Amino acid sequence: MISKEVLLTNKTGLHARPAALFVKEATKYSSDIQIIKDDKTYNGKSIMGILSMGAANGDTIRIQVDGVDGEIAINNLIELLNSIVD
Amino acid sequence: MKGLGTSPGIGIGRVFLYMEPKLEIKKDSIKDPETEINRFRVALEKCCNEIEYIKNLTIDKIGKDKAEIFSAHRLMLEDPEFISAVNEKINNENINAEFAISEVVDFYISLFDNIEDEYLRARSEDLKHVTKNLLRELMGIEPTNLMTIKEKSIIVSEDLSPSDIAQINPNIVVGIVTELGGRTSHTSIMARTLGIPAIVGIKGIVTKVNHGEDIIIDGSTGDITLSPTSKVISEYEIQLKRDLELKKIMSLVRDKKSISKDGFRVEILGNIGTPKDVEKVIQNGGEGVGLFRTEFLYMNSERLPSEEEQFEAYKEVAEKLGNKSLIIRTLDVGGDKELPYLNLPKEMNPFLGYRAIRLCLDRQEIFRVQLRAILRASEYGNIKIMFPMISNINELRESKKIIEEIKEELKLSGISFNENIEVGIMVEIPAVAIQSRTFAKEVDFFSIGTNDLIQYTLAVDRGNEKIANLYSQYHPAVLNLIKMTIENGHKEGIMVGMCGEAAADENLLPVLLAMGLDEFSMSASSILRSRYLLKSISKEKVREKLDELLNLSSSEEILRFIDENILINVKNENQLFGG
Repeated sequence: MISKEVLLTNKTGLHARPAALFVKEATKYSSDIQIIKDDKTYNGKSIMGILSMGAANGDTIRIQVDGVDGEIAINNLIELLNSIVD
Repeated sequence: MKGLGTSPGIGIGRVFLYMEPKLEIKKDSIKDPETEINRFRVALEKCCNEIEYIKNLTIDKIGKDKAEIFSAHRLMLEDPEFISAVNEKINNENINAEFAISEVVDFYISLFDNIEDEYLRARSEDLKHVTKNLLRELMGIEPTNLMTIKEKSIIVSEDLSPSDIAQINPNIVVGIVTELGGRTSHTSIMARTLGIPAIVGIKGIVTKVNHGEDIIIDGSTGDITLSPTSKVISEYEIQLKRDLELKKIMSLVRDKKSISKDGFRVEILGNIGTPKDVEKVIQNGGEGVGLFRTEFLYMNSERLPSEEEQFEAYKEVAEKLGNKSLIIRTLDVGGDKELPYLNLPKEMNPFLGYRAIRLCLDRQEIFRVQLRAILRASEYGNIKIMFPMISNINELRESKKIIEEIKEELKLSGISFNENIEVGIMVEIPAVAIQSRTFAKEVDFFSIGTNDLIQYTLAVDRGNEKIANLYSQYHPAVLNLIKMTIENGHKEGIMVGMCGEAAADENLLPVLLAMGLDEFSMSASSILRSRYLLKSISKEKVREKLDELLNLSSSEEILRFIDENILINVKNENQLFGG
């Protein structure tokens, strides 16, 4: 299991378009992908889950992956989050 | 009756009353959870397939990015949390799929409603719509098929969903009226893309109309006429015919070059205030962007925009324009344009005060960040830099020096940019217009900002009601300054454009053309009209009358002269304009 913290620096946080992009990317991998925020865990492959998480600009979230392609998954997801501005 | 017109145009037809049957969800206990879960799964699959079908239909008819909404719908239907929540309920509580679904959805909707976010509110609507379709599928209820409408109709309904609109045939459905919605709801956006007139926000309209009744709507004014008399119908029919003819003619000049009747070529560009605006400029056949106002990055914010944010915005527009010009104007705030976080002192005379280039040269940390972002973005398109409110040659020289310093910085960091980037100035302060020969030697182009040039030249505050009538773009002094600027610019071989409102003025188009203006930059909605008008103007013929015009003594005389000696020829060519 690999887990890394990410600071959300894009304008809308994990709302809106970023959330959809995140889920689309996450569902490519077979690993289990979870997001932890304020001690609550959310399924990273669930758009409903992520949207209801309410992660805003400035929040820190922890991405946790577990599976064969875990390393690629978490690296790509973090790169994705860092590349989003809106 | 009147509503909010959100998609322009006239629609004449019959009411097609589109009412959705209310879904009655009852809680039923079921015998075999597994069968029920399977029933749920089958319905989900069917809905997903339907969404794919409608998505492809939308891509074909409307466009790829409007079809993105359906991808979002699919994501919801395929959401693992949603599916497992429903399955669990069916299993644990032995209830029917319909009830399980509505309970899970209600939970999510309450979650979304708790977070104050406009995007989530819209997603909440999507979720409701997707659920409705899913439930209808489970209950075997057929939705009204909008594709079966046979005669020219105007759909009247409480609301329309994206999949409803995707099925509309714009040749048969000539208008949409809904009780709910606003300018930015799906209905309005898609109606505008399809070119169908739309009026929204009329509560209770569904109870006020009869299916099959004659109806006329005006999507520009929001007016609705029920059971119109034949007199009213023929009036609207005439207007509709004119609108269609105008649209056809406009689309003829959209991709054509901007050429006068006697073959003189100019460029007609668009003015934009945010990156989004560039779409409209391109759609309307703009040959580039003659003024990209950068204030949006600084206003409505609590802090200065970062270099990255600016770079992304400039790059986005540059890429969309390809090799068409993009003239970026550096920060033009201060005075009356508030930037609270800068703590600018209140001034007695803001229009003559600490603003624009003066602010930038004094607070160079702000200026340099913007220039760095612009230079970095220059790698991705055809960007030119323009300074606002220059009043003396030193300001220009200092600004250009700063650009050179930044170019060195970037080179040292190995960041690429356009080394030959063109640098120009707005001509809006009379001193610069008078001294234009000197300035022309040290810039690559001029862009005449008539709004401020007129205010400063005539000493008139346009916003002051008491004297606003003194403001005029036909004032002999203003026109003479413009002519002087153009001539001096050309003597030094530089391009002279105009980005103020006068550029789109139909009365001035012939005059500016005759003076030799190279580039006209205006709001997107005026581009096609200007290009069309240009085709009937003979530059040489107007030039013959120019001296006489410029020697007239007042705005009124000049306007009359234009009307009686110049436009009269243009109008005779064109039945549509003034005919």
